[in-house]
Amino acid sequence: MADQVSSKIIAFFEERGISRRDFLKLCGASAAALGLSPLMHGPIAEALAAAARRPSLVWLDFQECLGCTESTVKAVNPGPAQLLLNILSADYWEAIMAPAGFPATADLQDQVKKGGYICVVEGAIPTRIPQAMTGGTVGTGEAAALRLGPTALETANQVCKRAAAVVCAGTCSSYGGVQAAAPNPTGAKGVQAAIGVKTVNLPGCPVNPVWIVTTVVHNLLFKRLPTLDAHGRPKFIYGQLNHNLCPRRAHFDAGEFVEQFGTAAEARHLCLYKMGCKGPATYSNCPLVLWNDRQSWCIGAGAPCIGCTEPDFWDRMMPFYSRLENVPVPGFLGVEVGADRIGSTLFAATVAGAAIHAGVTAVKRRRRSQEQEGQGKDREGGEGQ
Amino acid sequence: MKLVIDPVTRIEGHLRVVVEVAGGKVTDAWSLCTLFRGFEIFLQGRDPMSAWHMAHRVCGVCPTSHGNTSCMGLEDAFGVTAPWDAWLVRNLMESAQILHSHVLWFYTLNAFDYVDVTSALKAKATTPSLKAVQDKLKAFVASGQLGFLKRGYWGSPLMKLPPELNLELAAHYLQALEIQAKAAQFLAVFGGKFPYHMTTPPGGVTVVPTIEDIANAESLFREVKDFVEGTMYPDLLAIAPYYLDLAGYGRGWANFLAWGVLEDKSHDPYKRVLPRGALYDGQLTPAQKVDPRQVGEWVNHSWYTPPCGNGRNPADGLTVPDFTRYELDHHYSWIKAARIDGKPMEVGPLARMLIAYSYGDPRAKKLVDGALKALGHPGQPQILLSNLGRIAARILEAVLVAQVTEEFFTELTDRVASGKAEWYTPPKIPQSAAGVGAWEAPRGALAHWNHIEDGKLSLYQFVPASNWNFAPRDEKGVRGPVEEVLIGTPVANPEQPLEVLRVLHTFDP
Ligand code: SF4
Ligand code: SF4
Repeated sequence: MADQVSSKIIAFFEERGISRRDFLKLCGASAAALGLSPLMHGPIAEALAAAARRPSLVWLDFQECLGCTESTVKAVNPGPAQLLLNILSADYWEAIMAPAGFPATADLQDQVKKGGYICVVEGAIPTRIPQAMTGGTVGTGEAAALRLGPTALETANQVCKRAAAVVCAGTCSSYGGVQAAAPNPTGAKGVQAAIGVKTVNLPGCPVNPVWIVTTVVHNLLFKRLPTLDAHGRPKFIYGQLNHNLCPRRAHFDAGEFVEQFGTAAEARHLCLYKMGCKGPATYSNCPLVLWNDRQSWCIGAGAPCIGCTEPDFWDRMMPFYSRLENVPVPGFLGVEVGADRIGSTLFAATVAGAAIHAGVTAVKRRRRSQEQEGQGKDREGGEGQ
Repeated sequence: MKLVIDPVTRIEGHLRVVVEVAGGKVTDAWSLCTLFRGFEIFLQGRDPMSAWHMAHRVCGVCPTSHGNTSCMGLEDAFGVTAPWDAWLVRNLMESAQILHSHVLWFYTLNAFDYVDVTSALKAKATTPSLKAVQDKLKAFVASGQLGFLKRGYWGSPLMKLPPELNLELAAHYLQALEIQAKAAQFLAVFGGKFPYHMTTPPGGVTVVPTIEDIANAESLFREVKDFVEGTMYPDLLAIAPYYLDLAGYGRGWANFLAWGVLEDKSHDPYKRVLPRGALYDGQLTPAQKVDPRQVGEWVNHSWYTPPCGNGRNPADGLTVPDFTRYELDHHYSWIKAARIDGKPMEVGPLARMLIAYSYGDPRAKKLVDGALKALGHPGQPQILLSNLGRIAARILEAVLVAQVTEEFFTELTDRVASGKAEWYTPPKIPQSAAGVGAWEAPRGALAHWNHIEDGKLSLYQFVPASNWNFAPRDEKGVRGPVEEVLIGTPVANPEQPLEVLRVLHTFDP
């Protein structure tokens, strides 16, 4: 059964010009990273048959910097050309579509009429000053020229509510992002908070293309949304702390730290905790999937994680170069205990006297590596909502 | 009759443009930024060391420039200079971004204004790889799901390329999608990731690159350089003859500003690879000196309270949003109008190349003179004060930057091999200070101003490229650069104002 299923998946991608090797590479370490194991029970045949028609993608841009679009077009295996021509039907995406102005907004209206598309949203929605983001005038002529386009709030209400699934690319559409940082001058909110539709959140500043692609693929194959955590994030991506997956973790456990940027300690890739790393409070699989075709990632290039996948990270994680307080460290609460408890509760927790203890037992190391292999398995059991 | 283009697609940001058309030509124009986020407000009170990450987020297409500019401004306030080796890394990342940006712009953002994809289907495919691309396009069309290509300007009489050239450009469009990602990969070797590199806090860089890292980045860079020199530049020369009409309009005010980019060891902005300077009224005599203190902003037509304008310099800037109504003869944009000594200034690759050329910079001179000759206008740089010039300048600049990047690689490799490289000078955060960083994004001049009080930011202001090019009218009703450039643009078919779109895209908004 397992072989049969995986060969079907492989065939699905090979027909679209993506080799088995490419596909596994995309998934980071292993197919488990994508949460493929629940496939065994999924309605694969139907999913693949239905995918003969490329699913319609509507990509909306609100209060954003276009960084998540930029990031998405850095995808590899499948790359942007494959995504656009073979896998999806990008029926509305302002950054790349050929028409502008009314022919473009007419495309959007067509889709809204049909419904059932995957709606990816990039950017936050201003609710206190709705006119802080307008665009997409429908119609032509003088009357259209003298009327401002619809607000993001109006567009989101119209377009997201007709979607089969709403996927929030990046921290802005997920939780409000940078413009929602205190004092949030425009009343910026994430999509779910602004219009009350349920969303799949892929936070990150920007989103990693691997997260977008694996989520879309997940949708395509399983015809349902992935299991989400309390912040609406797929568990197969955001199920574990950076800190638990980090290749520098052994140095944390050993109490070996970079004390200044650009030093010999950095050349040895010691732990960045003392430089302000927010990895112990940040859920994402960055250390596994890396960035830009696996060239590097933040910590890999000596930069402390700023926690960009966490809600309100601009307010909660700043100052970025000061060490996190209340980090449970080895020998105190223990790695595994800490890993599960910290993160969302970190900021409320008061762990007194968190001294760094060198060394960690071989048992703990082994347990951690088992955890890495099994990452993607839903610890609370059961795929689906 | 007024026409609106909203949204202007294939750009970064949110742009709406209204033109008045009479007698088949644009007679008046308004450019509107329809987005406000409030960076100047939420940066206040924040930790100065962390601020560059936040200021970085202004633009996801030119993030590296915002990150570097912010750090320069903060380093100015802190009174610290990053070691030269750290600057070599920053220069390499900035180069990667310029190359990435120009490739992405020429093909992904710009090409559909000139390349007719439906005509490519009819071409005689002369090589197996072109045949493969054509088959792929045919299959795509046959699927009936035209997606992002539906309702393009296909079949318009303004599309002038023969089918074979359309096919070749369509093939390069697909190739460019991969090349722009390669440029980002080479940046990520030093930056951790792109967009939003993580490695340049004020004082230097966090990354300690090894010889292997540099070699890896360099091999990725070579692929980009080969594409820029072997495909993009030849494509420019191949399509230009069909669109020479673009040289005939789009001059505008012909005032040009560059703060300069790609640092020189002397830290003199007039010695940068693309140096600082200002040109006025299309005079290509050596550029004049220019200082961020000459910047003034106006909000007579923007949605901000009146004290935010009045020619205020951003070092003393103020941002208080005040959305009233949308009225073209009153308030119509979220962009303040930036001016130098009251003059609207065009920024971007054309400004940078002309300023470098005006100083007689040998690299710029060789490239510009070579292109003028190839385009059949030897010794006539004035022809570049046009839409054609704006397009050509982007490609020429990419060629120039690719040459220089090679030199940065050589120098960095030598430094790392010597074992003497230094990456970071820890800054001390002053209780009270002010700083300014003035640099360039691929799309044009960019500056960040900061004030620190009690060890926290008390002011943070920006003037990015769009505040120059897409500025609205000012106090005297003088149009912004793009508004002025649009005047005289032909509009053959008001239902399809493709010519207007072409002009807008020349600015890489
Ligand atoms: S603190 Fe940061 S660098 Fe250190 S192990 Fe944790 S995630 Fe890695
Ligand atoms: S390592 Fe941290 S800062 Fe970097 S992308 Fe991942 S979550 Fe964001």
